[in-house]
Amino acid sequence: MTKKKSIITDQRFIVLLVIIALVVIYMIFSPEFRQYSSILSMLDFSYYDILMAIGVTFPLITAGVDLSIGTGMVCYALVAGRLVRDYNCPVLVAMLICVLFGAIVGLANGTLIGVMGLPPFLATLCTCMITRGISSMVMATPWPTNKQPGGWFHSIFKLTFGTGRNALKLPVGFLVCVALVLLMEFVLNHTKFGRYTIAIGSNKEALMLSGVNVKIYHVMAYVVCGIFAGLAAIAYAAVVPTVQPGTGAGLELDAIGGVFVGGVSATGGYGSVIGTLVGVFVIVLLKTGLPYVGLQANWQQIITGIVLIGAVMIDVAKRRRMAKEQ
Amino acid sequence: MADAILTMEEIEKSFPGVHALDHVHFDVRRGEVHALMGENGAGKSTLMKVLTGIYTKDYGTITYEGKEVSFNNTREAQDAGIVIVHQELNMIGDLTVAQNIFIGREFMKGFKIDDKKMIEESKKLFDELKIDINPRDKMSDLTVGKQQMCEIAKAISHQAKVIIFDEPSAALTEKEIEDLFTIIRDLREKGMAIVYISHRMDEIKVITDRVTVMRDGGYVGTLITKDCTKEDIINMMVGRVIYEDPKTESKVPKDAPVVLKVEHLNAGRMVQDVSFELRKGEILGFSGLMGAGRTETARALFGADPKTSGDIYINGEKVTINSPQDAVKHGIGYLSEDRKRYGIVVQKTITENSTMATLEKYMSGIFINKSEEKKITEHYIEELATKTPSADQLVVNLSGGNQQKVVIAKWLVRDCDILIFDEPTRGIDVGAKNEIYKLMNRLASEGKSIIMISSEMTEILRMSDRIVVMCEGKKTGELDISEATQEKIMNKATRDIA
Repeated sequence: MTKKKSIITDQRFIVLLVIIALVVIYMIFSPEFRQYSSILSMLDFSYYDILMAIGVTFPLITAGVDLSIGTGMVCYALVAGRLVRDYNCPVLVAMLICVLFGAIVGLANGTLIGVMGLPPFLATLCTCMITRGISSMVMATPWPTNKQPGGWFHSIFKLTFGTGRNALKLPVGFLVCVALVLLMEFVLNHTKFGRYTIAIGSNKEALMLSGVNVKIYHVMAYVVCGIFAGLAAIAYAAVVPTVQPGTGAGLELDAIGGVFVGGVSATGGYGSVIGTLVGVFVIVLLKTGLPYVGLQANWQQIITGIVLIGAVMIDVAKRRRMAKEQ
Repeated sequence: MADAILTMEEIEKSFPGVHALDHVHFDVRRGEVHALMGENGAGKSTLMKVLTGIYTKDYGTITYEGKEVSFNNTREAQDAGIVIVHQELNMIGDLTVAQNIFIGREFMKGFKIDDKKMIEESKKLFDELKIDINPRDKMSDLTVGKQQMCEIAKAISHQAKVIIFDEPSAALTEKEIEDLFTIIRDLREKGMAIVYISHRMDEIKVITDRVTVMRDGGYVGTLITKDCTKEDIINMMVGRVIYEDPKTESKVPKDAPVVLKVEHLNAGRMVQDVSFELRKGEILGFSGLMGAGRTETARALFGADPKTSGDIYINGEKVTINSPQDAVKHGIGYLSEDRKRYGIVVQKTITENSTMATLEKYMSGIFINKSEEKKITEHYIEELATKTPSADQLVVNLSGGNQQKVVIAKWLVRDCDILIFDEPTRGIDVGAKNEIYKLMNRLASEGKSIIMISSEMTEILRMSDRIVVMCEGKKTGELDISEATQEKIMNKATRDIA
């Protein structure tokens, strides 16, 4: 088969071991972490990161980037929220609008990058600013807090049976995420879109000379990313108490970092969506888990940075070894 | 010529300032391997680019399978059955062999790419070509030779009738070349028409049926390979051009001190056991065809690329050069063939460029002493006759020749005694060329020692006191200017008939 290499050298496997190690450490040092409700709340806060990361995997594989997903996500959530609150828009329609809005911003990014040739960093930095501006405009009055269970999109992500302390809560959102990961892994490996996404990152020139309309596929990578930012907006609105304009900047970096930890090549051309899932989980564990063991949340940033350096160094070492073997 | 599948007649192509193709004729028959030869810049690649639609011709006709054709892009040429196997391979390293072969025309099963069928089809292709490659392997895991086989398989899968090989053997090992020839012979049997571009004389004799020679964008002639000798081909390649005032003898005294001695320099495949000496006041020409390893030798000497072994002596003393800093410290300056990338910063002024390698000399504390900097720059503007309104002019506004002078000034400011000029006049017009030549001669007469890498025969014969000839990473000869002729140089620059 294609994957002759042993599972041990697979970066995704190494990352999985890191996850298990982290969970074990947390469980030993924090009795609180051992509770089901802690795990549930941790999962809650992982969904939007996972969804953003799935999407941004595609631009990253093309050797690009999308910095607009964080502020975009907040922006879409606010637009949908206002529609629901002030215009009595059905929740389902609001959700569709989130996704549609994300797709439009993705299309703008893709057109700027794939058709007009702007550097991805710059193009998406601009849309990042624009979406942040729109957030502030949309938000005329403060967003009402929404803590009651079952409110807003909450039920999509956590099915609750019964009431009170003994209620049984199922993390449906996690299953949804896993299903989407598997779907996009298939898309990446077995459809034209996925294959050309890899080819753009690996050798765009060669793909063009093969007679493929590279522009369309390049744009599509960003549209897919935007759609997932829209889905992330739904998840974000479902879990945070208040969606505030002006937030969201920086969240994209957690997702992008997770993708790299999951083994996407920093120079494009190689990656997997399953890798993204495990990679982003490391980030989430560091982000939400460290307070359980008594470490300040600031430590998350530092440790995440170090983990990321490690992951990228594995990639660099891999490339160098391959170059040597030639 | 009834059996010619492809005929190109009276092909004309001009680029601004260059007459790239001048009434060129070329034809290839079914079941023949036809070599296309010529010096660097003779127009071989341009001709093939016109054929495959990368360039549009200005004039002339291309007849293919009895019909006049004109392709607008490689895709159209490909669909018609004319495929080019490039010297630089166009492969997507992160995809598998099968995925590469069928890129852009994947077999589909609904939304899903039918990888299974692509692997099967690739296997069939490889069986047909008797090549042992696993279609499931990742492209970047294959050797260059195997990658090239994949390119050929891809070409054939396009139902190719004409395959053009552009210097296919340049990166291959002996064994891989043999395999390649087996495949080419096989394709010839099957009636395919093959165009083979190469500099390697021995290969031309072994594999081709006819040879067409081009020179300076013009058509020289076509020979039947088995009836001609290497000398015949070389004579056609170099022609009988009268070169502008060639140097007849060296004025450098025989006992001039050796300022630089390089012994057994090795650096990868492109630099193998190269030894030479450079005397004070001498211009040492490095001649050879594209890919002979001249620039690589210079870069290894200069410390820009790592070397595996070799000793360097400067003024009789053994020195260690592991980086360009080391080389500069020992008084070696390198003027790159790619000025814009390595030589100058075009968006900066002449002054800033001139003192770039020497800035520490013009510092007062932590500040740059602007007036000192300007003084030395103006001195060299005058000295080198650089045409500019002032030292504050941005380099981007200068002509190619004057830009080159700024690079020279940079190394003179640095007090370099050994200057390596890599293609010093590339992209420079004739008038400016003469000025650069004069300047080089003057520098040499003032006691600087110069290594000049050049692909232009005129330049080599006009400037050099001695000539080192390289071929495929090895030094193949050394000639004094008094005995050098273009035939002798070309003979050493091409591989001997095995």
